[in-house]
Amino acid sequence: MTANDSRGQPETAAPAIELKGISKAFGPVQANKDISIRVMPGTIHGIIGENGAGKSTLMSILYGFYKADAGEIFIAGRKANITDSQAAIAAGIGMVFQHFKLVENFTVLENIILGAEDGWKLRPSLNKARKSLVELAKDYGLNVEPDALVQDIGVGMQQRVEILKALYRQADILILDEPTGVLTPAEADQLFRILGRLRSEGKTIILITHKLREIMEITDTVSVMRRGEMTATVQTAETSPAELAELMVGRKVLLRVDKTPATPGEVVLDVKNLKVVDDKGVERLRGINLNVRAGEVLGIAGVAGNGQSELLEVLGGYQDGTGEVRVNGQLIDLTGKKSDGQSRRARGIAHVPEDRQREGLIMEYQAWENTAFGYHRDPAYKSGILMDNAAIRADTAEKMERFDVRPPNPRLEAKNFSGGNQQKLVLAREIERNPDLLLIGQPTRGVDIGAIEFIHQQIVALRDQGKAILLVSVELEEILALSDRIAVMFDGKIMGERLPDQTDEKELGLLMAGITDTDRDHSVEEVEANLAHAGGDTSKEV
Amino acid sequence: MDYMTLIQLLDSTVRLATPLLLACLAGLFSERAGIFDIGLEGKMLAAAFFSAAVASLTGSVWIGLLAGIAASMSLAALHGVASITFRGNQLISGVAINFLAAGLTVLIAQDWFSQGGRTPSLMGGARFEGITLPGADAIADVPVIGPLYAELISGHSILVYMAFAAVPLTWWLLYRTRFGLRLRAVGENPAAVDTAGVSVVGLRYAAVAICGVLCGIAGAYLSTALQAGFVKDMSAGRGFIALAALIFAKWRPWYALWATLLFGLFGALETRPDVIENVIGFKVQGQLLGALPYLMTVVILAGFVGKAIPPRAGGEPYVKER
Repeated sequence: MTANDSRGQPETAAPAIELKGISKAFGPVQANKDISIRVMPGTIHGIIGENGAGKSTLMSILYGFYKADAGEIFIAGRKANITDSQAAIAAGIGMVFQHFKLVENFTVLENIILGAEDGWKLRPSLNKARKSLVELAKDYGLNVEPDALVQDIGVGMQQRVEILKALYRQADILILDEPTGVLTPAEADQLFRILGRLRSEGKTIILITHKLREIMEITDTVSVMRRGEMTATVQTAETSPAELAELMVGRKVLLRVDKTPATPGEVVLDVKNLKVVDDKGVERLRGINLNVRAGEVLGIAGVAGNGQSELLEVLGGYQDGTGEVRVNGQLIDLTGKKSDGQSRRARGIAHVPEDRQREGLIMEYQAWENTAFGYHRDPAYKSGILMDNAAIRADTAEKMERFDVRPPNPRLEAKNFSGGNQQKLVLAREIERNPDLLLIGQPTRGVDIGAIEFIHQQIVALRDQGKAILLVSVELEEILALSDRIAVMFDGKIMGERLPDQTDEKELGLLMAGITDTDRDHSVEEVEANLAHAGGDTSKEV
Repeated sequence: MDYMTLIQLLDSTVRLATPLLLACLAGLFSERAGIFDIGLEGKMLAAAFFSAAVASLTGSVWIGLLAGIAASMSLAALHGVASITFRGNQLISGVAINFLAAGLTVLIAQDWFSQGGRTPSLMGGARFEGITLPGADAIADVPVIGPLYAELISGHSILVYMAFAAVPLTWWLLYRTRFGLRLRAVGENPAAVDTAGVSVVGLRYAAVAICGVLCGIAGAYLSTALQAGFVKDMSAGRGFIALAALIFAKWRPWYALWATLLFGLFGALETRPDVIENVIGFKVQGQLLGALPYLMTVVILAGFVGKAIPPRAGGEPYVKER
């Protein structure tokens, strides 16, 4: 079908992929600088680096999405000219993107044949694909339901469809970009088992991630990228997480957050039987009970899409709900006119939303304008009935200084800051208002390690000032590092609360999959079946 | 209401539904590929003029039809360049095409024919005549079936039969061929098509071109079959009603047939107020019937009768992302 004549002839010495001197610039930004890398066949090669280090750009060049400014690509020892995705597929490269490229209202089978049909009539193609799916399932343990609609299956299953798409196109080289970002620990384990099996069948795998644990667990070789450059390639067995982390950021970082035990005070946030029904009539929160005290961090763990977003939205005032929510002992409105961001702020609630680019900032607005949002009625920002732009800019400049936002230029549009700096901008706006309660969602999503450290320190510092913090994150490590108490959400409910020093990722992982009897052993299949029950909306946050 | 009146009403429904159906299917191809097209109206109008004008000049309705299709496809190409190649706003491009067609047709008509923005009346071979199907005359006198066949099914122009044949053809193309699979995919998630190594741009241009052909036939039908010649603004909002029908039909070919027939029936009733008065006992304003397609579409959009979910990538230019 799309076989390439350069394949099939075993050249034992030749690397499956060799990149020589790849450079790529986007305007003034050098995304890739003179990158050379050799990936040996039948291995799993990890590429690790902070966000914005250029990993995805490099892989996009390999998959024909971008054209490199300079450099050469060799596949199985032969020079390849990869001008588009078609050429990459023909060269035997398959890619599983971080954001799946699936047609949601197509069946699994239709998604698999799309672009790789065998003729202009569909039925023969579908029949052929159905047969080969059975074989692929047998060879690699990749079971899927061919006639299910993609929108009805879970995220883990969707990812499997992406892998099958590549294998159906006879890919020998599989690139996976941040594959575990949306998976539970159990699903991730299952994925790694599949990858191991693919490797033993002779496939070459490139795994892009920023998670050190995954690199250590599954890769044979690991390359580290930093600021567009390849800083090192080492055998995984001969390195350590600490060394890799250091290579990634160029200095030693604390993977754990330094903090003293919490000294919780009065209850600041008290939530009783909170329910949210979305506009499709689906109950997204099904009776949430929780409280957060002054001077403590309550971490909400869970797979994305199990109601965490709705919890933040209803508390933040832009989603209607029912139930009783008290802040400092006083009831707050959950519907109607008195339920909006403005009235929440008046009650001492600050909110750093999950999606900073859509809810936290207006990307086309400058930093100072973004800083004024929500606080534009502040007398210090006004001069008569007009806004005092000079004062806002001066205040923004100060905040940017204190929160180490780089570059510290209030007139720069939000979209021109990196993810970490955008987040610091939002944090500066919210924290500097001295709230009693901080709602914070995915504080370090898409943020590089240097900024993660800073953001974590700010959260702990705020806690130490006696503020209450409700933290929502899909990163278990982050939850474990920051929280004084952990509540796990599944399918719109709190499955249980744990203390971080009395639990581990395994127990939390089971709770995240809706299994409460965590003492017993559970099979992956059981966990998956349970997750499937929660519905396909786990993909919502992707 | 007697049987013959009913047959006449349905006959009129078929004739009025035909341009709506063609335009609706045109929009279906375009929108299923992710290109919203509110320029159906303009394309129809341009095709109506050019087919009538060329048919009048050459005396051949078939050359006129080709000219109409060519005119409609030129405007479709314009829409394609604006919205696919230059990733412009599809609504603005569509509005521009409507204005362009409304002004240009009258201007050229006046320049060519000096008849106040009309074309001369078409006669003989310059017009699509009704086709009498085999046996129509023979069974015309048979009760019930006779009039049904002779009056309702037989006697329409070739374009009517083409329009109705286009429904199963469209269904088959969309759901049973590789092209259809890719076309539907590109309207739902162009990134999936792109990463599968298929050209998003190529597919979208193909869809827009098909849209142009169908709008061309719809326009030609207006001026060379339904009427005998072009008059100013003769498309009279049919492009918009076709869009309403498309939403009503939830972007599906067979539903499009029922939706346009229903809207065609409203049109037929508008011309026969006496029928409504006879049946329901009081007079209904013709304007109300004219507004019904729009009202019903609003009801559909509000989600009262199931949900009409448009193609997910509709209206958005495709920009490659990592």
